[in-house]
Amino acid sequence: MTELAQAVVNGLQMGFLYALVAVGLTIIWGLMEMINFAHGEFLMLGMFGAWWLSAGFHLDPLLAIVPIALAMYLFGMLVYQQLMRRVQGGDPFTQIFATIGLLFLLQNAVVAGFTSDYRFVNDTFLQKLGGVRLTLLGVTFAVPLLLAAGLALLLFLALYLLIERTEFGLALQATSEDRDAARLVGIRPQRMFAVAWGVGAALVAIAGAILVNFFSVYPQVGLQFTVLAYAIVALGGFGSILGTLLAALLVGVIQSVTVVYLPPAFKDAFVFASYLLIGLFRPQGLFGRF
Amino acid sequence: MPPASPLPGDTLLEVRDVHVAYGAGVRALQGVSLHVRSGEVVALIGANGAGKTTLLKTIAGLVTPQAGEVAFDGRTIGAVDGSDRVRLGIALVPEGRRLFSRLSVAANLTLGSYSNGDPAHRREMLERIEALFPVLRERAGQRAGTLSGGEAQMLAIARALMSRPRFLMLDEPSLGIMPRLVDQVMDSLRRLHEREGLTMFLVEQNVPAALDLADRGYVLQTGRVVLEGRSDELRGSDLVRKAYLGM
Repeated sequence: MTELAQAVVNGLQMGFLYALVAVGLTIIWGLMEMINFAHGEFLMLGMFGAWWLSAGFHLDPLLAIVPIALAMYLFGMLVYQQLMRRVQGGDPFTQIFATIGLLFLLQNAVVAGFTSDYRFVNDTFLQKLGGVRLTLLGVTFAVPLLLAAGLALLLFLALYLLIERTEFGLALQATSEDRDAARLVGIRPQRMFAVAWGVGAALVAIAGAILVNFFSVYPQVGLQFTVLAYAIVALGGFGSILGTLLAALLVGVIQSVTVVYLPPAFKDAFVFASYLLIGLFRPQGLFGRF
Repeated sequence: MPPASPLPGDTLLEVRDVHVAYGAGVRALQGVSLHVRSGEVVALIGANGAGKTTLLKTIAGLVTPQAGEVAFDGRTIGAVDGSDRVRLGIALVPEGRRLFSRLSVAANLTLGSYSNGDPAHRREMLERIEALFPVLRERAGQRAGTLSGGEAQMLAIARALMSRPRFLMLDEPSLGIMPRLVDQVMDSLRRLHEREGLTMFLVEQNVPAALDLADRGYVLQTGRVVLEGRSDELRGSDLVRKAYLGM
């Protein structure tokens, strides 16, 4: 019983990290309904940025969040304005291929600049807390993961308030539903899309800066997270911020509970099996609007 | 583009020889010219596919004409993006209403005044709109997508009014709503016209109701204006009687 409880707690802690990775995708894909296969590469850029600032300038990844978020916000807007805006009106396949092209461009640019070596960020604030654990009713909480989870929760709350409670968020939702009707009330859709790409890129890069405390950094690191992030957004329901958070926690728990009873190789199989199962009965996702 | 010729002071909107084509060879408008004076209600009548919606979208800046020009308040506005025309005082209640259906009624109204977020302006407009359509106050927290046809049409008109337009275009406001509510919507438009002197340009399949409300009208056929005149003149014309009034 304790073993199961521990697995659930571990899963929840991982789930918060997955949620951070997925939240940027919620905006670009879930809310604005644009496809971004390079989402994992935005994460990778965030991780590389955190590694570079740590190795070169001894900046702790938690502090590096600020410059990385700013830089990636601008980068996300640039990607929209220079690439996605041109393919937006066309066939969805054009968006797929454009962002797959971007995926390879970013990966290979980083390989060319930094090689494919695995890199580690050492002696970070969170890692120094590594040995600190809290034990409650026989279940152990790792403090670094707890802090990361708390940070993820804060970001989710901020995003939720931005989308649901501000006029800017209403304008984003209006643009995603009906661009022409949005223009009639004076909203500039292309500006909304650019900001959405900026915010999405900044959020996933922040996730990257947190993940370097727990994972190694290499140019292909994004893929494993991208696939999970797509499943999480679809599972949670398109455009639902709360749904994304709960789906990410569910995925984390499914993974860690599976590992208790079955060989580790099954953990992702069960994640995607549950995705298929939920998809059969609730194709709109857990909190989806469609 | 030729320089704008000076317009008489009383003309608010002028459309000059506008041509619009969609894709290859689908010519929606073939040289339409018309005008609307400040304070007037003008009806635009025509069969399906005559180009009425295209003309309204062209004036609103959602469609770019291949030739011709649109002037508002004495200056040509071809270079003004569709997102900025509401700031000039042009508002369109689009065909099919096009509400933000996932958002609440209150959020739709807030976005209606997106172009002018001044809180005092918002409060004032909201008060006036709730006086005009009391039902919207009761529905404020409800999702726009759950409104009935008549309520949705009122919200669409209210959303457009939130920007405090000087020129309100309405595309088929009576389409798909109950006859009793058609009268209610038409009455509210009449009140807007009579009490506030709002200038309106109205596309309406319900020709008797449209001519009842309007001072003047234009008849559009296959992208061309074929007839224009005061409402009573149009009511008496053979073309309108046979084609649109069924007499």
